[in-house]
Amino acid sequence: MIEGISIYEILTLTTIIFFIGIYGFITRKNLISILISVELILNASVVNFVIINKYLYPDVLQGVFFSIFIIAVAAAETALAVSIIINLYRQISSVEVKDTETMKY
Amino acid sequence: MNLSYIILIPLIPLALFLLLGIFNQKIKPSVSGYIGVFGLLASTLLSLYTAYQYFFVSGKVDGVYQTFVDKAVWIRFTDTLQIDMGILIDPISVMMLIVVSIVSLMVNIYSRGYMKGDDGYTKFFAFLGLFSFSMFGLVLATNLFQIYMFWELVGVSSYLLIGYYYTKPSAVSAAKKAFIVTRFADLGFLIGILIIGYYTGTFDFETLNNPEGSAILNWASTSFMGLSVITWALILIFIGGAGKSAMFPLHIWLPDAMEGPTPVSALIHAATMVVAGVFLVARLFPMYYFVEHGFALNIVAYVGAFSALFAAIIALTQTDIKRVLAFSTMSQLGYMMLALGVSGYDGHEGVGYMASMFHLFTHAMFKALLFLGAGSVIHAVHSNYLKDMGGLRKYMPITNITFLIAALAIAGVPPFAGFWSKDEILVAAFEHNKLIYFVGVFVAGLTAFYMFRLYFGIFWGKDTTYEHKPKESPLSMTFPLLFLALLTIVGGFIPFSELITADKIGFEAHLNYPLAAVAVGVGLIGIILAWMFYKKENDLADKFVNAFGVFYKWTYNKFYFDEIYLFVTKKIIFKLISAPIAWFDKKVVDGTMVGIGNKTVLTSNKIKGLQSGKVQDYAFAFIAGVVVLALVFIYLWTN
Repeated sequence: MIEGISIYEILTLTTIIFFIGIYGFITRKNLISILISVELILNASVVNFVIINKYLYPDVLQGVFFSIFIIAVAAAETALAVSIIINLYRQISSVEVKDTETMKY
Repeated sequence: MNLSYIILIPLIPLALFLLLGIFNQKIKPSVSGYIGVFGLLASTLLSLYTAYQYFFVSGKVDGVYQTFVDKAVWIRFTDTLQIDMGILIDPISVMMLIVVSIVSLMVNIYSRGYMKGDDGYTKFFAFLGLFSFSMFGLVLATNLFQIYMFWELVGVSSYLLIGYYYTKPSAVSAAKKAFIVTRFADLGFLIGILIIGYYTGTFDFETLNNPEGSAILNWASTSFMGLSVITWALILIFIGGAGKSAMFPLHIWLPDAMEGPTPVSALIHAATMVVAGVFLVARLFPMYYFVEHGFALNIVAYVGAFSALFAAIIALTQTDIKRVLAFSTMSQLGYMMLALGVSGYDGHEGVGYMASMFHLFTHAMFKALLFLGAGSVIHAVHSNYLKDMGGLRKYMPITNITFLIAALAIAGVPPFAGFWSKDEILVAAFEHNKLIYFVGVFVAGLTAFYMFRLYFGIFWGKDTTYEHKPKESPLSMTFPLLFLALLTIVGGFIPFSELITADKIGFEAHLNYPLAAVAVGVGLIGIILAWMFYKKENDLADKFVNAFGVFYKWTYNKFYFDEIYLFVTKKIIFKLISAPIAWFDKKVVDGTMVGIGNKTVLTSNKIKGLQSGKVQDYAFAFIAGVVVLALVFIYLWTN
């Protein structure tokens, strides 16, 4: 519970971050930027977990645990994604999305 | 009687086939020939031992030759209706063992010389092994289904061997023709088997052939279109036999089958496979005789007699020496069929049955000899046609003598084998059916004439000048000729009537002198006519041809039977039945399916752009979908 700030304001903020992430995911041309956008989406949801836990169920800690869990998974996922991107770069010397569509149809 | 070694008789050739077939490329040709010969030699010795054991040691109990069976259940439908595999030993199967093994052995020896230098030498011996195996299996079969299986196997090996020169289009089409015509006939055989299986509940020869047995006679009263069902079944089975034995009107494949190598013609299309039809009728003889007073047997007699006459007439005019022999084979097979057809069952009444088997035996020997002799001639002059031959007696003395012996035998001149068996056939026909007797005598004259036309045409006649001087064939080819000639000389003295009869009891056969004199006289007239026409080059034959111009042309073209079949199949069946069905199949059935396929492809071509491969497009679609769904749910909840 943060004094002077209601849950609505914080949820509005996370919603904005979430959609910024989605916007970035859809419009960025670079795989690294897309990865960053995915991080934004994840972070928005992590903040949601913590805030909802704090405002609605202050006696328990599941929301906080879950947010830590998500951060750990996100870190692993980022490492995996970066390694894929590096391998991709070795193959086609590019990290542009438009160069990765050779397996279509 | 100990049967355990008899199973080896078919199994040795099977082993040969597998050995030579699998290691086709690894075995040297010189070795493979010996493997074939020694394998068949083993089978032959076993067959001879079996025959000795059966006929002279342990086959006879109280004056009746017993039937020995050794079998195992293979497929079981009901308690009685089951398909066995096994061996059945009775007089005719033992006799057939000897015929098949001796001719196979001789042909194997002969092929070592005849096929020398051929590319598929080893393959050839492998196929011969397959054929011998199938034929042994056929004669030893214990039931209708087993005989049918081996029946098809001999058909396959015949197909393989006719089409042996597979680069020659005529050989390929001849092989196909032989296979299709006999398969067509075998359809009748199969239906007959099924009818018998359905009504009598058994396939077993022993049960079916038991004259007192109730298996057949119970059902002989069930009638269908005026005849009993069993009679129909027997007629259908005879159609199968007629196809294999080249009876009119299913004979058209046999002349074309001469495209195969000559040893094959000698083995399959003269001595062994083509007599399978005769053997089949003989095998079921008690059924044929007892069901409805032998109605089906009468059909056998008339078809046989007509085929004998028909083929003999065509043989008069053919100029390809192998085709003359092919029609001669058909004619002699007709003889065997008519002998079965006029035969009775008990004692001396069964002389026709005995004569048929006797003629089968002697014919196998002298016709194999004729074919092998013809092969020797073809080997020397590299042509099948009479016009390329003449005066060969100077170059090929052994072939000349052996061919003459065989020709005398088939013409029915005593004391050669053909005289004795043909005489018995004519006796049987004389006693039961005068019309068939006269046909038989007339055919005997024709036979003598065309056979000596052939003999004089090849070995006497005009003195042809040859580019390469023909020379006598090597020992591997002349030995079988001499051996078979020996059998042709002594074969007639085998007391067949004591050994092989319908009721298995045996009787004393006496030479019927008046009938024998008539037959020999007719034969001699034929020979003398041929001597006048063809011994020296003269224009008598040409004058005759001119006098009978139209008739000559008809017979020369085999009464246009090939053309009739072609017309019926191509013009009528193909055009009126097959073509519309094919159109329906192609346009309507296939069309529907192809249309569905084409439409699917078209649609997918149009929409495949959606799968752009861009991960962001997919993400956008996904998110848009989620948003739309979310809006829908919110709308639904708020109302």
